[in-house]
Amino acid sequence: MVPLSYYLVLSGFLFACGVAGFLIKRNIITIFMSIELMLNGVNLSFVAFAAHWHVLAGQVFVFFVMVVAAAEAAVGLAIIIAVYRTRETLNVDQVNLLKL
Amino acid sequence: MTPNLNLWLIPVLPLAGAAINGLLGKRSSRTAVSTVGLVFSGAAFAWALVVALRVSSALLPHPEYVAHWIRSGSFSADFALYLDQLSLIMLLVVTGVGFLIHIYSVGYMWDDPSYYRFFAYLNLFMFFMLTLILANNYLVMFIGWEGVGLASYLLIGFWFTKDSAASAGKKAFIVNRIGDFGFLIALFLIIQHFGSLNFTQVFSQVQPLAPETASAGLLTAIGILLMVGACGKSAQIPLYVWLPDAMEGPTPVSALIHAATMVTAGVYMVSRSHMIFERAPMALMVVAVIGTLTALFAATIGITQTDIKKVLAYSTISQLGYMFLACGVGAFSAGIFHLMTHAFFKGLLFLAAGSVIHAVGGEQDMRKMGGLRAYIPVTFATMFIATLAITGIPPFAGFWSKDEILWQAYQTSWVYWLIGVITAFLTSFYMFRLLFMTFWGDYRSSQVDEHGRVHAAHGQDGHGHGEPHESPMVMLVPLMILAFLSIVGGLVGIGNRFEHFLAPVFASGAVSETAAETASSVTEYVLMGFSVAVAFLGLFFAYVLYVSRPHLPRKISDALNGFYTAVLNKYYVDEFYAKLFVKPLVDGSTSILWQGIDRRVIDDTVNNAADGARHVSDEVRHMQSGNLRSYAGWIAAGSAVVIAYMIWMGVR
Repeated sequence: MVPLSYYLVLSGFLFACGVAGFLIKRNIITIFMSIELMLNGVNLSFVAFAAHWHVLAGQVFVFFVMVVAAAEAAVGLAIIIAVYRTRETLNVDQVNLLKL
Repeated sequence: MTPNLNLWLIPVLPLAGAAINGLLGKRSSRTAVSTVGLVFSGAAFAWALVVALRVSSALLPHPEYVAHWIRSGSFSADFALYLDQLSLIMLLVVTGVGFLIHIYSVGYMWDDPSYYRFFAYLNLFMFFMLTLILANNYLVMFIGWEGVGLASYLLIGFWFTKDSAASAGKKAFIVNRIGDFGFLIALFLIIQHFGSLNFTQVFSQVQPLAPETASAGLLTAIGILLMVGACGKSAQIPLYVWLPDAMEGPTPVSALIHAATMVTAGVYMVSRSHMIFERAPMALMVVAVIGTLTALFAATIGITQTDIKKVLAYSTISQLGYMFLACGVGAFSAGIFHLMTHAFFKGLLFLAAGSVIHAVGGEQDMRKMGGLRAYIPVTFATMFIATLAITGIPPFAGFWSKDEILWQAYQTSWVYWLIGVITAFLTSFYMFRLLFMTFWGDYRSSQVDEHGRVHAAHGQDGHGHGEPHESPMVMLVPLMILAFLSIVGGLVGIGNRFEHFLAPVFASGAVSETAAETASSVTEYVLMGFSVAVAFLGLFFAYVLYVSRPHLPRKISDALNGFYTAVLNKYYVDEFYAKLFVKPLVDGSTSILWQGIDRRVIDDTVNNAADGARHVSDEVRHMQSGNLRSYAGWIAAGSAVVIAYMIWMGVR
């Protein structure tokens, strides 16, 4: 049996990777993937706790998060395409105005 | 079974007229406006007559509940009306004289561009005055009281483009506020001690109280404060200063508001509160002393004035002084009697003066009139009757009421009587002076200035008026009706009939009723003869000075140089008030309230708060760069802080 702390450390590491990627990367697609990484880091800690305490609520939450993440991915990708069409760039540093 | 009198119609009809004229008058023709104004004020008069015919003394007092208003704990004040002999008389005087003055105004104001506004205000005034009269409690009375003040302000400043008219309106309003302050405090005292403002309830609680003869107490305080209110509204010392200035308004307004009706509201209010005053001898004495002094003081100023309306204004103040003297000696019915006859003859005097002013093309200076007898005979005849009435020459109206007051005053103290008689002499003198200067001699339109030199510069006649001309019929008919009333109006007082009519109202058995019976009637006739003689003496002096020897007045005024100048300048009371009250107030407001508090404290607080907010946001707005990664950085940093805090709290 793998101890709970291993999962939590891995979960924290994934989340931190996500945050770091979000802050460092300029490409909007990469940033988007970093968000997914953070979400999955959190999901991992949810399922780890659920398995540890034998409570299903954590796993149910994960399903919710996945559904929301899927919806978010659909909307987010659409936005990215729209941004690329108008600005012809995916560099977020150049997308700093609400209006062109 | 009490008939339903629908008293509420009487004030509401003029209100409807005011609303119609005020809202629609601008687009209506003059004929339509005058029809509305006359129909609604006439209807109020007609209904008042119907009411007067339908009630019998047995039915009075007759309360009428209209709507419910304030209910707070045990205190209640409703919109309710109250009719007794006193309010019935006031009702007939106000609606009757008011209606006549409405008719007169049609002619007098016809050429004014704001014709509709005038009638809207006039009807509004009628509404408030009738509310004041018919009120069932002090609070409704106070609404009327403030309302007539408002109407008075609007009408004094009717020609508001003229600076003097606008400031006269403000002066009237502000001086009245001082009086109203006293009135309000009196009302608060009444609420605190009697728990009600309803006349019947208050007076039934006052009735069993003993007169405060030995020491001044609650009733004295209430009485004096009510008198302060009355001083403001009825232009008594020390608050009379607004009334002469109020003559800036159109002449029908001076007749209606500042002579016949509104200014008598104070007398009405004091009479209405007679139950309180009769149990507070000291307050009564204050009323009598103020009345007497005002009567004399205003009469002396009246002698020197040269503006025809100013003379009448001071005369009004003086006559109001008589009414307060009557109230002050406990002869309330005599005061109301004089109020009624005064409404007739002073209303007439003002309307006739308006007709004179109309005839000579807007001139108000009597030195530039003279000899008008031949040009405007009807105006002359009516004004002559009114003068005979006010000077107390029998059998005209003023004789009966003034004599009644003097007789009642004599029974209280011969000092009041003496001052009253001196005032009667002065009244006779300045009224005949007015009459002689205006109607006798030669027409002095060739502009004579105060040193007797002919003024060439003022020679041109701005209105293209050649000869003075008589006013139209619509103005003369009210004059004739009022002249008729000035002749016969006093006859109702013969054999104390008027007093007996009012007796149920003033029956409270506290003062003076016993005294009236004991004094001998011989004394009464001697005193009567004396006051008539004094009136003729005034006539004689005026005739000598202004008709037979017109150069004498200047010699006399030169001989009494210092005193004459003081009287001519109204004893410098206005200047004194300006120094004592107005200037400190203006200076204090400018330097402390405006420059100090308003600018340094209030404005600066607001400005500094705004500046601070702008400075802070100038700094903070850099956070919002539009750069996505910097937002993410802030979010990450923020969550890090929150997490650190929670961990720290958890550890602790």
